[in-house]
Amino acid sequence: MSVAEREPKIVGFLCNWCSYAGADLAGTSRTSYPTSVRVIRVPCSGRVNPQFVLRAFQLGADGVLVAGCHPGDCHYSTGNYFTRRRFLLVKRFLDYLGIDQRRFRLRWISASEGPKFAETIREMTEELRQLGPRDAAAVEAHAE
Amino acid sequence: MKRVGVFLCWCGSNISSAVDLDQVAEQTALLPHVVHVEQYKYLCSDPGQETVRKAIKEHALNRVVIAACSPRMHERTFRRAVGSVGLNPHLMEIANIREQCSWVHPDKVTSTPVAVDLVRTAVAKAVKDIPLEPSYVGIEKRALVVGGGIAGIQAALDIADSGYEVVLVEREPTIGGRMAQLDKTFPTLDCSSCILTPKMVEAGQDPRIRLLTYAEVESLSGYIGNFEARIRMKARSVDLDRCTGCGDCWNKCPYRSPGEFDLGLGKRKAIYLPFPQAVPNKPVLDRATCAYFQKDGKCQVCKKVCAPGAIDFEQQDEILEERFGAVVVATGFDLWDHGRYGEYGAGQHPDVISSLEFERLVSASGPTDGKIKRPSDGKLPERVVFIQCVGSRDEAKGVPYCSKVCCMYTAKHAILLKEKIPSSQSYVFYIDVRAAGKNYEEFYRRATVEYGAQYIRGRVSRIYPRGDSLVVVGEDTLLGQKVEVEADLVVLATAVVSRSDAPQVAQKLGFSYDQHGFFTEAHPKLAPVETNTAGIFLAGACQGPKDIPDTVAQAGAAAAKVVRLFAKDQLETEPTVARVDRARCAGCEWCRPICPYKAIEMEAVTERVGSGQVARRVAKVNPSLCHGCGACSVACRSGAMNLLGFSNEQVWAEVEALCL
Amino acid sequence: MKLAYYPGCSSHGSAADYDRSARAVAGALALELVDVPEWNCCGASSAHGADHRLAMYLPGRNLAVAAGMGMGGVVTPCAACYSRLNRAHHWLAEDRRRWLELSAAVGVPYNDVGKPRSLLEVVVGDVGLEAVAAQVRRPLKGLKAAAYYGCLMLKPPEVARFDDPENPRSMDDLLQALGAQPVRWGFKTECCGASLSVSRPELVEKLVGDILDNASAAGAECVVTACPMCQANLEQRRSERHRLPVFYFTDLAGIAFGLSPRELGIPMHLGEPLELLRGKGLLAAGEEGQG
Repeated sequence: MSVAEREPKIVGFLCNWCSYAGADLAGTSRTSYPTSVRVIRVPCSGRVNPQFVLRAFQLGADGVLVAGCHPGDCHYSTGNYFTRRRFLLVKRFLDYLGIDQRRFRLRWISASEGPKFAETIREMTEELRQLGPRDAAAVEAHAE
Repeated sequence: MKRVGVFLCWCGSNISSAVDLDQVAEQTALLPHVVHVEQYKYLCSDPGQETVRKAIKEHALNRVVIAACSPRMHERTFRRAVGSVGLNPHLMEIANIREQCSWVHPDKVTSTPVAVDLVRTAVAKAVKDIPLEPSYVGIEKRALVVGGGIAGIQAALDIADSGYEVVLVEREPTIGGRMAQLDKTFPTLDCSSCILTPKMVEAGQDPRIRLLTYAEVESLSGYIGNFEARIRMKARSVDLDRCTGCGDCWNKCPYRSPGEFDLGLGKRKAIYLPFPQAVPNKPVLDRATCAYFQKDGKCQVCKKVCAPGAIDFEQQDEILEERFGAVVVATGFDLWDHGRYGEYGAGQHPDVISSLEFERLVSASGPTDGKIKRPSDGKLPERVVFIQCVGSRDEAKGVPYCSKVCCMYTAKHAILLKEKIPSSQSYVFYIDVRAAGKNYEEFYRRATVEYGAQYIRGRVSRIYPRGDSLVVVGEDTLLGQKVEVEADLVVLATAVVSRSDAPQVAQKLGFSYDQHGFFTEAHPKLAPVETNTAGIFLAGACQGPKDIPDTVAQAGAAAAKVVRLFAKDQLETEPTVARVDRARCAGCEWCRPICPYKAIEMEAVTERVGSGQVARRVAKVNPSLCHGCGACSVACRSGAMNLLGFSNEQVWAEVEALCL
Repeated sequence: MKLAYYPGCSSHGSAADYDRSARAVAGALALELVDVPEWNCCGASSAHGADHRLAMYLPGRNLAVAAGMGMGGVVTPCAACYSRLNRAHHWLAEDRRRWLELSAAVGVPYNDVGKPRSLLEVVVGDVGLEAVAAQVRRPLKGLKAAAYYGCLMLKPPEVARFDDPENPRSMDDLLQALGAQPVRWGFKTECCGASLSVSRPELVEKLVGDILDNASAAGAECVVTACPMCQANLEQRRSERHRLPVFYFTDLAGIAFGLSPRELGIPMHLGEPLELLRGKGLLAAGEEGQG
């Protein structure tokens, strides 16, 4: 496949209360977006262990999205604050691993932001297309 | 041996038209552990659920995957269906191939591989499912009601009448709240205190209601069924058990200062009863205005005249710790400060007053004994201008929302004015008259037709003094003309706003509030009295502007929710909570500070090491406090903490299945 | 502090007195005002009714030239100029493509000089009331003054971004710092009708009358403005019964700083303002009779 046509694969960790519901809303409002994303439902963005993200990259995912409630709106009060701080560090670690930081995104998407979810996937897909496929050798090297 | 059954739902044509389900079935059948794949037109229907139940029995399934709509839609339905044939309800997973597949990827060619991936991922998670059981907690069948206005009083009475104990906490020295400050009520013109006072007395006398006035909730911890509150009883300087409410102290007290209850329009003593019908009918000593405390340390007149010896200058604040099963929050509202309207005199004209001040002037128990005397010179006003929406519906300076009650009480004010001063004329500047409510429109019509109130549609742009009257300049938008009205008194219908400390109250009690400081209901339509914290309910204007009938109805609803909870003896809690693997726990306690619910405690365990015993501390999760957010499981460095239902192994398996 | 100074056309005509007192007071406060070279009319009162683009280009050119001077911003004593300069600045700030449009139209490259300020804004905001009070040599003791802001300095608020548009305080605070007693009154921001002064004088007479009546009723002995239009209008379109002197705020600041009426151009006013100052004992013996 040429670079332009190739559909990247994004693993999306969505919190149950906001972002997963936002993705559902994109569905109920029939807002179409690229088929690149596969969603894993978690109770809270604060549940996403960085190891999950690293594992996805290790297994060849082109991009990873972690999405949760807006700061201040966390269903569990404070979960997303930890997420925010944690993934600031993870991004730097990605650099260290030789994975382009742009392959990872942390977004706040509320239950009413179906269009924002769709837009996020569109943007991310576009950017990953631009970045091209992951360097196969690098993926290999990091695999077990 | 895992035996997974996969059920693909067409959802009529919602899924089947956009996803090639035959192909999904074909590919799913090849997955390890999958022993049965079946399609059905509507899985959520009764026959659909029956299909699942039958297949579980026929194929001896021990894991079920439903590929259908969002789990937010039918997770409960299918858990129940699975549970009804003896399979643990948590051995079921849902692949969301409608909202997150067929509805967003309408092209079969591209959507089918997505559906295949999603089903494969759900199977991978299901294989790692383990049976989960709910736990049960007892319920402390006592209610805490915060705020003693009409909302709190009504809720307390309803709960008490159902046979449960209630503690009613009120910050002021008496219950009664805003409603006690009103004169008459719309649309019936019932006297406010005539209908409120009996309820206040009832609340004061009901043996199941404990009134804590001049008290505030300091903190609330715990969870539904088992809250723990710290309540500060502020030093009243009066021993309520001894005081008989005879009145000698406040009659003899030589110091006067502006009274809060009358909004500073009248005076009260340093030791005082806020108003004659106060409950409890016993005074409070305000140390900030008392000469004994502020000046000489001598005065002590009240103490000298108090025959029962109830005055206690040494009294200290007291902290009570009480347990409750449920909380009703009814902390009421404030009025917006019209000083922010420079064009209306920035709050500096004595005869430009707020509507609540007008209530005090009309009230027979008010500072003017019900004679409408204007504050500047005590003159009876002949021409009174009422201005609506002062602060409300004003995004530039005030709040964007409608305060809901002003249209009606202004119509009432116009009527009361005409009744008290028959020669008077009222003018009402308005944006819209919003009289939606039983008998409301009729009431407003009465004000205009029978009482001759002149309604002028338009905003007032300026108020300035001319001689001893005020000139009100505005626009009549119906005539398209500038109008000037000379008035003796101007009454501003200032916006209903949240209490200034509402955010702190919400944070202290642990629920959310909106950008205006109003407390947020769990759902605007379907859970209007619940907060997003289980066991805490809302009543009255603390949730948003409300009139008295709505407030009373909401208070009754909140009480019903409390009683519904108390009717049970035990609460079932969600089994998807955190769990500690003691063997791996290093006792570092990193999980404790990250937990927003204080659900993690440390416990001592003793282990055999070699031939000796070693004691160490490990984390322990209280399942009734845990909400299942999973924050601790990420913080745990040794991987000892896990979240049931979303375990590390499960998410790991999902990631691997997706990235295949 | 060095600022580009945009005097505006009035300063060459009806408000030459204002220009004089503005420069004198600025000097006393160590504000260095450098005239915008070859400034042009801001287009006030006529251009925006005729041609929207022109109404932006005229003040826009002045802003462009002022930016080229490399000073700490541009200041104007005139409320009408202030309004037009700010309108243009706001319009330009909304869309950077307009910078090129303007530059092409007026032949001067546009760069942002910062929000144009009025002299009042600079004196109260940048110099500060403490520094003003420190310059006071003869406090305006017992002088009851009505601070009159008019409409152009404050509205629309999202453009002017200066003081509370309905209940401004800055000039009142300044008068207080000078030792005078600002009165509380309701017509601070009422329009004086200057733009209709020629075409509808009868209407303007009523507006002016209301303002002066209200100031008198509030106990004011004089009205203080920061606008040449207001000052001229309040003096010219008043009826016989009105005697209230109308000062520029710079007049009173200058008097308080110990400057003479002549240095401040006060004798050029159409009214008889010196009587009041004399009555309050605010003029030194040498200054008597100079009116």
